[in-house]
Order: sequence, then C-alpha cells, then structure tokens
Amino acid sequence: MSTLTQQAGPATPAGSAHPLSQRRPLGDRTFQIITLACGLLVLVILVLIALSTTQQASSWFTTEGWGIFGTVWNPAANQFGALAFIYGTAITAAIALIMAVPVSVGIALLLTEVVPYRLARPIVYVIDLLAVVPSVVWGLWGILVFAPWIGKIYVDIGSAVTGIPVLDSLFGPPTSGASFFTAGIILAFMITPIVTSLSREVIATVPAIDKEGAYALGATRLEMIRGAVWPHSKGGITGAVLLGLGRAMGETIAAALVIGSSATITSHLFAPGDSMPAVIANQFGEASGVFRAALIGLGVLLFAFTIIVNIIARAIVGRSAEQGTA
Amino acid sequence: MEEPEQNVTANPQLTETASPPVPTTATEQQVPPEQVPVPGDHVFDVDNVSIYYSAFRAVTDVSLTVYEHEITAFIGPSGCGKTTVLRTLNRMNDLVAGARVEGNVRYRGAPLYGKDVSPIAVRRRIGMVFQKPNPFPKSIYDNVAYGPRINGEHSKRKLDEIVERSLRQAALWDEVKDRLNKSGLSLSGGQAQRLCIARTLAVEPDVVLMDEPCSALDPIATGAIEDLMHEIKSRYTIVIVTHNMQQATRVSDRTAFFSVLRNEQSDTRTGVLVEYGPTEKIFHDPTDPRTEAYVTGQMG
Amino acid sequence: MAAITEQQLGPNLQEPAGWRRTKNRIATIAMVVAFVLALVPLVFVLITVIARGIKIMSWSFLTSGPIPPNVAPANVGGIGPAVLGTIEIVAIATAMAVPLGVLGAIYLNEYGGKNWLARLIGFMSDVMTGVPSIVMGLFIFSIWVLHFGFSGFAGALALGCLMLPVVIRSTDEMLKLVPNPLREGSYALGASKARVTVTVVLPAAIGGIVSGALLAVARAAGETAPLLFTILTVTTANPNVFSGPNTSIPSQIFANATSPYVGAQDRAWGAALTLILIAFILMIAARIVTARFTRYSR
Repeated sequence: MSTLTQQAGPATPAGSAHPLSQRRPLGDRTFQIITLACGLLVLVILVLIALSTTQQASSWFTTEGWGIFGTVWNPAANQFGALAFIYGTAITAAIALIMAVPVSVGIALLLTEVVPYRLARPIVYVIDLLAVVPSVVWGLWGILVFAPWIGKIYVDIGSAVTGIPVLDSLFGPPTSGASFFTAGIILAFMITPIVTSLSREVIATVPAIDKEGAYALGATRLEMIRGAVWPHSKGGITGAVLLGLGRAMGETIAAALVIGSSATITSHLFAPGDSMPAVIANQFGEASGVFRAALIGLGVLLFAFTIIVNIIARAIVGRSAEQGTA
Repeated sequence: MEEPEQNVTANPQLTETASPPVPTTATEQQVPPEQVPVPGDHVFDVDNVSIYYSAFRAVTDVSLTVYEHEITAFIGPSGCGKTTVLRTLNRMNDLVAGARVEGNVRYRGAPLYGKDVSPIAVRRRIGMVFQKPNPFPKSIYDNVAYGPRINGEHSKRKLDEIVERSLRQAALWDEVKDRLNKSGLSLSGGQAQRLCIARTLAVEPDVVLMDEPCSALDPIATGAIEDLMHEIKSRYTIVIVTHNMQQATRVSDRTAFFSVLRNEQSDTRTGVLVEYGPTEKIFHDPTDPRTEAYVTGQMG
Repeated sequence: MAAITEQQLGPNLQEPAGWRRTKNRIATIAMVVAFVLALVPLVFVLITVIARGIKIMSWSFLTSGPIPPNVAPANVGGIGPAVLGTIEIVAIATAMAVPLGVLGAIYLNEYGGKNWLARLIGFMSDVMTGVPSIVMGLFIFSIWVLHFGFSGFAGALALGCLMLPVVIRSTDEMLKLVPNPLREGSYALGASKARVTVTVVLPAAIGGIVSGALLAVARAAGETAPLLFTILTVTTANPNVFSGPNTSIPSQIFANATSPYVGAQDRAWGAALTLILIAFILMIAARIVTARFTRYSR
C-alpha cells in the first residue's frame, strides 16, 4: 500500500503522539525570512545611498559651508559654488514640464475618452516606444542633429526680439544650439511617457457613473471632461506631473550632451548652461579631492530633491486613486 | 429570501431549541429504523462552537457530530454560517485575518485546534472542493498529481497509478485519458469540478468537505457529481454545504439546518444551528417549526 | 384647434450649436495634436538612427575590437568590446536584481499584506524608481569602487540597484492578479504557504513576471550614467567582469558623441542603432510572453 493511505488514517487515541501534530515545516519559515530580507533590501539601499554619498561629499560641505550655494564654480581656483547648476536644473525642468504636461495630459485624455479601444493599443505602443529610447540616444541625436537645426531657429528668433523688453531677456542673444531650451525640449520628449501613463491611470479611476451623469445632462465631451473628469483627477495628475519633474531633474546624459556645459546663471533661455547631473557626468573624470567631493555633493543634493519630490508625488497619486474609487 | 423573523429574535431562550438532539439510538426517532443511518465512528465532534471574525460573531453555539462513511449536509438560507462552519472543519478559516474559533472541535477524538496541531497536516486529511471549480493553470495530469507530489511522491509509475485511480473515482478518466497533458483550464464546468474532486481524492484524504460543489454547474453535471458522491461514500466521509434542498434529500444521510439570528441593536446576523438529524426526519418530520418552514419552502 | 406643425411638436435633436460645439471640436483636435507632437520626435529619432546607423552596421562592426580611436574612419574596427561589456554587465545585473526583486515582491504580496512594513517597502520601492541613475553610479562609486576599483561588476551593481525596484513593482502587480481561489485550492490540499507560493502562485504569474523583467533589462541596457564612474570606459574588451575597467554600448556612444570626427560619430550612430534594436527586441519579447503565458482561470 502506498504511504499515503497510512498518513490518511485516523488519529491515534489520545495519549499517544497523534499524527496531526507537526511543527510548521522548516522550509516555510526560512522562505518567509528570505523574502522579508529581500524586501528590506530596498530600504537598506536607500539608507546606504544617503550615508555613503554624504560621507564622500563631506569635505565639500565642510570647506564651503553655505558657500555650496555660491555662484562661482571654478575648480582651478578651488571655488565650488553650485547655484548655477541648481538654477540650470530648475530651468530645464520647468521648460520640460511646461511643454510635456499639456501634451501628456492631452494624450491621456485622448486615450481614455476619445479613442475607441482598438485604436488605443497602437497609440499606447507609440508611447511605450518613446519610453524605450535610451537617454544616450536622445543625447546623440540631440547634439548631432537637433541642436544644429534649432540653433539656427534660435538665431532668427534672437535677432527678431532684440530690443523688446521681456522677450529679449528670455529669447534674445546669446544663443546656441546647445542650451537650456534645447535641453528642456529633449527632456520634455523623455518625460512624456511617464506623465502620460500615470495620468491615464489616474483618469481611469474616475467613476464611470460620474461621466455618464454628465453626458446624460447633454454635455459635450469637453464639458464632461471639465465637469466630471477634472475634479476627480486633478490631484492625481498633479502627482504625475511631480513625477515628471523628478525625472526631468535627474536626467543626466541627454542633458549633459545638449545643455552647453557653461556654468552661468542667465535669463537667456537660448544660451548655453549647465545642470547638476550634467556637470557631474562631464567633469567627474578629471576630479579629485574637494572637486570630486563637490560633484558627489551635487549628487547628494540631487538625491535629496528627487526623493522629496517623489515622496510627495507618490503620496498624492496614492491618495487620489483611493478617493477616486471611494 | 426571507428569514423566519416572526420566529427568531435575539432572545437567549432560543439557544435551548438551537441545540439539536443528536440521534444516538434509533428509538429516539419517529422514523422507521431502516431509514435511520446507523452511526459509525465519530469523525467530527463539534461542541458549543462559536466562530468570530474579529469582534463580529458569525456563528453561535453549534454542536453536532459527523459520522464516518456518511454524507452530512448543511442547509440553510444565505448568511447562516454553513460555509463558515464547514471551513472550520479543515481550518481554512485560519487564512482569514481575525478569524477565531471558540469551543471544541475534535477530529477523531483529537482536538483540531490544539496547540501543536499543524493546519497543513489537517488539510492533508480533510480535503475540500470549492463552489467554483478552481483547477490550477497546469495540465490535467499535473493538477491531480499536485497533492501526491507535495506529499513526497515522485515516482512516475506511482504517480501515473494515482492519477488514473483518482480520475476514475471522479468519473472523469474516460473523458480525459487521451489528453492528460492539456491544460486543466480547458475543461468544461462539470469536468473541471470533477477534476478538482479527483485532485482532492488523489491524496487519499479521510474526509471530503464540499462547499456547494454543484451550484456553478448545469443539472447534468450536477447529477454526475451526485452519483460520484454515492460511489465514494464507502471510502470517505463527506460533508456538503448545499443551497439545494432536493440535493440534500438525494445524497445525504444526515442534515443540519442552520438559520440566521438577527441582532436588532447592532444590525448583524449570526448563524445558528437549528436542527440536526437524519435527513428523512429533517425533511418529513422536523421538530423545530423553523426547520419545517424552511424545508417546505415557506421561507428562503 | 390650430394645426400643430411638425416643427413645433418634434424635439430638437440637433447637436449643440455654435460655440459649445466649436469648443468641443477644438479640444478634440488639441488632443490629437498632442499625440502628433509626441509622435514627431520619435519618428525623427528613429529615422535618423536607422539611416545613419545602418551604413556602418555589420557583423564585424558588432564583434571586432578594439574600438579604434576617434580619428579613425568608420570602416575601421568595431564596437565588439562594448557589445561584450553590455552583455556581461547587464546579465550580471539581471541575475542579481530579478531573483531578489521577485522574492521581495513575494514578501509584499503573500506575507506582508497590509502591514506597515510591507506598505513602507512598497512605497519606498516606488520612490526608488525615481532616483536618478547617476546617483546610483555615485553610490556604487562611494561604496564599492573606492575599495575594490573599477570593474564591470561595479557597473552591474549600479544597474542592479536601478532594476530592483522596477522588478519588485511589476512582479507585485502580477502576483496580485493571481486569483485567490487558486491559492485556496492549494492550501486545501495541505500545502504550506511557501509551497503554495512556489508551486502555484509563481507558475501562474510567471508570464507577467518575465515580461516585467525583460522591460527592466531593456531599461538597464540603455543606461549610461551609472556606468560612468563604475566601469570607466575603455576601448579593449575585458571579459573579466570582476576586475579592471570595462565598456558598454551606451558608454561608447557617450564617449563618441562629442567627437568632431566623422568616423567616431558614425560608430556612435551604429552603436545607437544596436541599442535601439536590443531594446526593441526585448520589448517585443515581453509582449509575446505576456500574450502567451498569462491565463489564470477558466
């Protein structure tokens, strides 16, 4: 007889060790511990990142003190004020968001409200393709093809607005193909996929009855979007925008190639500039001592900014998703 | 579906009528002796068991005995706790956060919820078939061989034997013997449920619990499963929860009728065992008026 | 009674007239324009990469090395060392990140559930996907390279850190999709939780898990920043991943992109085409796996 039937027999009378008692299998407990350890790895890595980079950057912090936010970055003279890079990061991210957000939300609405299901899939494929182009390829195309082409347009715009008060400061000369604005455009291309897909998720949580209610009152699609979709999703879309911001701030290689690598703070958007990740990528090779500590310190600042932005973004998106389905 | 609200209140007096007379001798019945199943060994002794989900009392004060080689049916309206009680018998409620059992459940004399009792060992002896067939996304062969494999059986020859035996017992062998490699998901509803039964039988359990096994099936598939139950009854003990009273009369030896107590203050419902006895008696000569109301279709 | 004409009786079923309709039309057009605006750069990039890269693409381009200096014309040498480097480094990163990520997701979904630790890990995992890749590079530089030197392995560590949260998230989503009745069926046969997870849940979710992993690999293969300070781009092949600097396809593109020499630029385009092809193939493979291997219930 197979061993199975023996196991399946009735429990022996009370008094003897009855076969129902077996401790939890050893493998079960071990497995649980292993999976927990792997999960904790995420937290461990994040803490290690913070600690190790801060420690490496400490000589910069101690040497410069609050001067880390100074305006002059001159390695030769041992001056490492990072304001120009923080400015560059902020400007390029802002340009990227201004361009990418309307486009992304527009595509998200197109996919959820306008397009029939069969057409939606190829559109999603296109967005996925956009996401899969590596940063370095964007940078390569940016510096060898896009920047020369748009540089000429900048020159035309620049000379057209020379002398006009506000426009001159923004778009007037000096201009260069590799500039803040070019970096902003390329960043916009790169963050569109993530803002689109997150906006889509958020809009999808809008209860169908709300949308139907608007239509039932005779609303046009635009009116329905403004009345039913927007109130529900504006929180979540804000979260999606913040995630795009985080992505734009941290994007390194494409920016490094097309931003112009000139550490200046200027209002002229068509002028060459620099950003935190770009300068780290471009100058790390030759850096040592405090110079290197400064670059790593820029990394620390970048880490802090992006973590904060991401935490806020995820908290908003998480909360909106719950409210949408409540 | 109505509950017998005119008969049922949160009155504690009701607990007296709620504990059913467990039939131990034939003379207690007003049923002809040959129609009373002769009770064999006690497989389950349920003693004053109440089941809680966190603070909520889902089932109150159930006492009954399940006998060997019988088919015992739990019937009653929705929400009366019959599935909860069933799942207590193989400790499946352990998987629900906050579930708690008070009282005594003994399996062949040993406490089922004892301190060092392993639920895994329990479930190897007390199998379960679910309401909606849930074949694994594996081949038919691998579905049936799954239980023996996790019990340590790896010999191909033995597994082949076990698979064939179990599928034959489940009356599915002839239909699938030429496509054992096909996915279990490709079967029809009735076949899939028989596959799940074969899967349960493959580990040669002592008891088979069935939670409304036919409610998702058409009448022909239902008939096949009921025939199956009669055939395997001599080797297993079966407890079945069913919504279908005709089914209970067709297959079961003993029937337990559960109902719902409504608590007016907290607006909750608690399940309670109303009457338990030989099926013949429950359906033709019930003691409790609520039982009579239910089985004659006046309620639920 | 005066005769009532059809005009007066019938309901007005015409579309909203005038301004409302126009606004609606404009909005719809705006949404389509948005899509076109996203499509245009994609098309341009792909066309350029294909047009310029295909001129130089060949088997010998992909395999021969060492990588010639920037001055050399396009038909000399190839990016073989970079291809080798990418394959080695990405393979090791995947071998580390995928098992650890899957196990972590199993904790989140099967064991942790709604408890505070699981929710914290899940949340920080999402946050971690937003950490810039250059920060990962600096991290591994600080914690590994300073002690053990530059190596392909260091690069793999950095890429692995990038991939880990992505794998955790996508695996978690897939595990959530496995219907609970499957787990119950396994428990009811006397399986322990570990067994239920490994023998029923994982096999059911494997299609989605593999597909998510492939997408993570595609992302890692294209990353440059984390490799800058960990593998220290060189031009000769280094099959030893654990010691000595190495190179990769994206690193080469970055190195060549700023060169004024046409030969170097052409090699960069060829490398870019290679990278796009790799990413594309992995994307298609992911879709095929999803389509063929995810079916949980009747």
